[in-house]
Amino acid sequence: MHSIKVEQLVRNFGDNVAVDKISFTVKPGEIFGFLGPNGAGKTTTINMLCTLMRPTSGSAVVNGYDVGKQQAQVRQSIGIIFQDASLDDKLTGRENLFFHGMLYGLSADAFSNKAAKLLEMVELTSRAEELVQNYSGGMKRRLEIARGLLHNPKVLFLDEPTLGLDPQTRRHIWDYLITLRERQGVTMFMTTHYMEEAEHCDRIAIIDHGKIVGLDTPEGFKKMVGGDIIMASTDDNEQASRRLQKSHGVHTRIGPEDELIIETERGDQFIPEMISVLTDNTQGIISVKSVSLRRPTLEDVFVKLTGHAMRDQNARDKDKVRSGMRRWRGR
Amino acid sequence: MERALEIPSTNIMESIKRNIRGAYTIWYRDVVRFKRDRVRMLSSLGMPVVYLFVFGSGLSPAMAEMGGGRIDFKQFMFPGVLTMTVLFTSVFSAVSIVWDREFGFLKEVMVAPVSRVAVALGKVAGGSTVSLFQGLIVLLLAPVLGVDLSVSQLVTLIGLMVLLAIMMTALGILIAARQKSMEGFHMMMNFVLLPMFFLSGAFFPLRGVPIWMELLSKLDPVTYGVDPLRQVSLRALVPAELMHTIALNPLTYNVIIMAAFSVVFLIPAVWLFGRQK
Repeated sequence: MHSIKVEQLVRNFGDNVAVDKISFTVKPGEIFGFLGPNGAGKTTTINMLCTLMRPTSGSAVVNGYDVGKQQAQVRQSIGIIFQDASLDDKLTGRENLFFHGMLYGLSADAFSNKAAKLLEMVELTSRAEELVQNYSGGMKRRLEIARGLLHNPKVLFLDEPTLGLDPQTRRHIWDYLITLRERQGVTMFMTTHYMEEAEHCDRIAIIDHGKIVGLDTPEGFKKMVGGDIIMASTDDNEQASRRLQKSHGVHTRIGPEDELIIETERGDQFIPEMISVLTDNTQGIISVKSVSLRRPTLEDVFVKLTGHAMRDQNARDKDKVRSGMRRWRGR
Repeated sequence: MERALEIPSTNIMESIKRNIRGAYTIWYRDVVRFKRDRVRMLSSLGMPVVYLFVFGSGLSPAMAEMGGGRIDFKQFMFPGVLTMTVLFTSVFSAVSIVWDREFGFLKEVMVAPVSRVAVALGKVAGGSTVSLFQGLIVLLLAPVLGVDLSVSQLVTLIGLMVLLAIMMTALGILIAARQKSMEGFHMMMNFVLLPMFFLSGAFFPLRGVPIWMELLSKLDPVTYGVDPLRQVSLRALVPAELMHTIALNPLTYNVIIMAAFSVVFLIPAVWLFGRQK
């Protein structure tokens, strides 16, 4: 049985299609990631899977329960870590856990055992009796992870679990999540727009404008880009691009910092050849200011699949909001 | 390996038990938060004291002839102040749903395996309990004002306060059910709650007022809360044959109207709160 099985799931907000006929399955024990820019439909999908929102059409089954018809069963069998904090600041850490235990019907014994273990795991035992309003952002997130696991869910949903946290805390949280999967085999479904974070997932669905544009393992995706990525900064990118196309038949594109980006099989061998082509006296010298070589990242995959960078997309969304506001003001 | 997960069955008894437990949790959270908030508990005495001893003392000479000259204005105002405390605490407690929505805690409750009806009813119970406690604190002022209360009076007052609290918490949830920010609430406060409070006859007798005001006050649910609280708390001071000078309706009539308003507020409140996006 699949932990999550989604078929042709759609959600509209008026005329706007937020999630557009997506289908995928998640296996038990898997860490499955939803990668995409803001506004791609990630949170809407998670809200539907958690029974917070009704699908417009299509079906979603979590742990064998239908999210539309068996809400109580779905809810009891999942844990959720929301994008924004959802703790009660005026209660202590332990009280927040306690209320969760009550809502999910844990007995007093089961609660104290499990709470002690989880507080230990997220290293909050010594701070458990303190009010949550005195916690740091990282501590709050750790407490939420503990809370999400209190009732032994089979599937844990994480909506941008490390958003707004510093890199060190982010690494820390990932350590917990990976240990958790190893020890308890919890299935995890997470959304993110951090490329580095998506690398931790077993499989990733790349989502853009409400549609899944690709679904593979991080390695599989990177193979799709193939070989190495060379980034070069030159005097005249356009001419350089034309010349390399002619000499080696490689495709180039211009990156966000106005650098030339080349995908090629053996980057280490290509660099000397590239320099000699660009600085060929007979065609006119194009001076090369810097060259770097790296392995492909999911960012490259995203560009390849969607034709635009994730960063561009976010900027474009902002523009859309702005023009919308202008229209509203003009009225 | 962890012990097997207990998945809720579709059994009706099970589901009722689960929802009662859920409502109890919501109620318990309100009580724990209230107990912790000593400042709020004490500051809740501030407003009543100011109204009774500043406003009340100031107007006493001008309002000498009340209840056939048996009571002074402060004593007349006392049930009004009691109402004020219960009314505003109830509505504020209910409206804390909007805070919870803004600060995320509501989501934690909404994804729990508990129906939204149970959440709303738990909230009604929590808000009512907290405002009853605040009302009891204000009741401690009674002896200072020369309003001595017997045990039977006290018990009746508490019963009336509970009913008033339920009615107003239900109204608060109705107001808060679909609201996403506190801004809308301030509008409600100024254009609904304050007029409701002042039209109820809490601070002045509703005898001889203009006809439009009399009509509005008859439509105002709070009127039916102030009136019985006044009759019961001043029973020992104002003789029965003079009670009609400060009372409006028979006690049971007031109780029936309050119960009716509670139902009228509660049903759409629960329905609106439970509706899913």
